[in-house]
Amino acid sequence: MTSRLSDVEFSPVQDGPREALKILVAGGFGAGKTTLVGAVSEIRPLRTEENLTAAGARVDDLGGIETKTATTVAMDFGRITFPDGIALYLFGTPGQERFWFMWDELAYGAIGAVVLADTRRLTASFAAIDYFEQRSTPFVVAVNCFDGAAKHEVEEIREALDVDAAVPIVLCDVRERESAKHVLVTLVAHALSLSASGLS
Amino acid sequence: MVDKPWDGPVGRRDERWVDEAAGPVVRPYAISRGRTKPRGEPLDLVTILAGTGQEPPMRVRLSPEEHRLLDLCQRRPCTVADLASDLNLPLGVVRVLAGDLVHQGMLEIRRQRPVTARPDQRLLQKVLDDLKAL
Repeated sequence: MTSRLSDVEFSPVQDGPREALKILVAGGFGAGKTTLVGAVSEIRPLRTEENLTAAGARVDDLGGIETKTATTVAMDFGRITFPDGIALYLFGTPGQERFWFMWDELAYGAIGAVVLADTRRLTASFAAIDYFEQRSTPFVVAVNCFDGAAKHEVEEIREALDVDAAVPIVLCDVRERESAKHVLVTLVAHALSLSASGLS
Repeated sequence: MVDKPWDGPVGRRDERWVDEAAGPVVRPYAISRGRTKPRGEPLDLVTILAGTGQEPPMRVRLSPEEHRLLDLCQRRPCTVADLASDLNLPLGVVRVLAGDLVHQGMLEIRRQRPVTARPDQRLLQKVLDDLKAL
């Protein structure tokens, strides 16, 4: 056991989070999930050992590896700790379809999700949008406007993605802290209004 | 030997780690003694765990990983995600170890709401204000 003296040195400032909440960041490969998380929070690595689904086992080349039942999924997450003791966790959802079984756990109890869309590959966000629509998870679509990417009108994008008029669509640059912050503010405000209207 | 404790450390070796980058040489679930299913309540990624300060039950010897986990939670409450990241252990392993420590009374779950419940309006409003002030 460590000495009792060391206990005395801990100050109430180090009380740890009083509440911890989740936000999911979904989107196709290269849509900017990690960049968004890194723009507003400290990024931390996380490993999870998961059983491969039947579909995944087909895709994975595990030749020569003895244990074929489990695979390590590495994912990043971000954490913002507010002065009032609330900790906000941002989890990037693993993009590949074989990791979809992890989404349920990530989505349970979450504030909601940010679906990052890349106008050059809008179809890559369809699956995520379907997922959150079906589970009534509050979500916003954040369109990452890369340098040189053609600017699209929000209504054009809404039509292409076929999302409900009530779902906010924000244009953003995920590299910019203020822009990333605005995306999160939009999501939480949306989740709050859904909650207030009894829709979520 | 009759009455064998269910989780006594068996054949622990100190040379398990090669170096920081290589990580553990043993399969992750060897740390949890082969168990992949945590006991007790489900632990979410953002479930907050705190050390209770209680001594281990009789005949229970903690593994180095359990010691490190307890040590972190004793200093201040930690989420499951933070623990997995700080300990550099897979999430599933942390869940098993933490589930045992909760069961044995050395850790406690600090959670105000069920895992599947969405945050209420009061909490959402606070997060919204916090984010705006960021």
